[in-house]
Amino acid sequence: MTAAVSVGSVRQTAAMSKRSIMALVRQPALVIPSITFPLFFAALGTSSFGRATGLPGFPKVDSFLDFSLAGTIVQGVLFGSVQSGSALATDIENGFFYRLLASPTSRLGILLGRLMGAAAYGAAQTAFFTALLIPFGLHVKGGVPGAIVMLLSGGLTAIAVAGFMAAMALRTGSSEAVQGVFPLVFIALFFSSAFFPRQTMSGAYRHIANANPISYLIEGLRDLCITGFTASACAKALLVPLGIMVVSFALALRSLARRVAAQ
Amino acid sequence: MSTTSPVSTSHISVARSSRALSARGMRNMRRLPSTFIPTLAMPIFQAIAFSGTFFAITKLPGFPTDRSVNWYLPLAVVMGSAFAGVGLGFTTIRDIETGFFDRLRMSPTPRSALIVGPLIMTWVRTIIVVTMVVIVGFAFGARLTSGVVGLGCLYLASVGLATVSAGWGLGIAYRFRDMRGAAIMQLTLFLVMFLSSAQTPLYVMTGWLHSVARVNPATNVLRLARQGFLGDVTWNGVWGGVLALVGGSILTLTFAYRGLRGLERD
Repeated sequence: MTAAVSVGSVRQTAAMSKRSIMALVRQPALVIPSITFPLFFAALGTSSFGRATGLPGFPKVDSFLDFSLAGTIVQGVLFGSVQSGSALATDIENGFFYRLLASPTSRLGILLGRLMGAAAYGAAQTAFFTALLIPFGLHVKGGVPGAIVMLLSGGLTAIAVAGFMAAMALRTGSSEAVQGVFPLVFIALFFSSAFFPRQTMSGAYRHIANANPISYLIEGLRDLCITGFTASACAKALLVPLGIMVVSFALALRSLARRVAAQ
Repeated sequence: MSTTSPVSTSHISVARSSRALSARGMRNMRRLPSTFIPTLAMPIFQAIAFSGTFFAITKLPGFPTDRSVNWYLPLAVVMGSAFAGVGLGFTTIRDIETGFFDRLRMSPTPRSALIVGPLIMTWVRTIIVVTMVVIVGFAFGARLTSGVVGLGCLYLASVGLATVSAGWGLGIAYRFRDMRGAAIMQLTLFLVMFLSSAQTPLYVMTGWLHSVARVNPATNVLRLARQGFLGDVTWNGVWGGVLALVGGSILTLTFAYRGLRGLERD
């Protein structure tokens, strides 16, 4: 009986994940900004800051493109995950969420479906950015194992951020409110080592970047690209998003319980 | 008995209508702060974030200043002004969508006042943005290197670029007439501004960006805006920016006026 219930839950979660992925496939306008903007900034940064790689404090890199890959991935995944939360809020706004609640669907499946969809998109973005930049001179020193860890990290980061966005969507039920969080995501990204190394920053800005977990996630991904497949790089690339994911998932679950109870 | 020529009556009417329309814009700014606050918050964030993130580039040999905020503050101010100008396009789209613009068109308001009035409001809005961002910039360590004249260059570049982008925003708004136009306005402006010497001086750039930035008029506008923060104000640093702003304003305001005419015909 329990096994049948859990098989049913897995099926429902898979169906919900498929639905959230199909929504992105069918509405490319939702996807394009989270693909084009990070690539534009990567191209811009490579031409603008190519000579900065010789500055004191800058890690040893073959090119600025190698350095910027990690920032590009995290930027794309952050932007893409906001869409996931926004889509959940839209489901609440148009009543689809309540139709799901009225059906014998697992409550957890509604949330997990969205998060799994975000994870698949995050991993796909990571693969796309890496594959697209290789012909332009990108070299991933971590090789295939490094690239696999990067894919996993992209997926985990997407779940971590989508969890916060889902919590926001479930709490407010407004896609506008979820979109309103976007500037905060952008600020969190800028006050990290996404675009330049922490070692080259100074003063309060450096302290903020040091305290920002996104810095360590990015540095893990970056090390896989510019240094190689090392245990510390893998740990940073996987454990940091995992830690954030635990917090955001707990928040999302709490918000889901509140919304279901208020129903 | 006094007589008034039709021409002077028309001028008075344009001035009066423009004043009324710009006053409406000011009231909207007070009543809908959500439309104005991002215009102010974004350049402040940009000035702080860019100066902090790219602090080290001032250590590159030959970099024109040793303060990163001196390099990035004018960029943030000019971009904020450009987006303040484009904001006029958003407001116009909203007026078209709600039907207010049709009521304006049916009233005996001179057509030129529909552009001049909101443009005056945009200039006021830009001056507020520039002043606030510059104050924050000074608090974060920006310093003028050529006194009040340099500050004048920054205001000139900002108001000029706000005019160019307002013309662009209005032209797009009159043609698209819905929020699809908003994305085009923002995206084009974003590209024009970033494909210039926005982030680093021309000599630091490599590859394709250097070729694009060298011919991009936004590079001249930024040179004008940065004059007072990188050294002495010279005619060489001024004329290119002024020419780009005058030329850009003529082109985009004509584009807006023709768009308005097209709207009248449809």
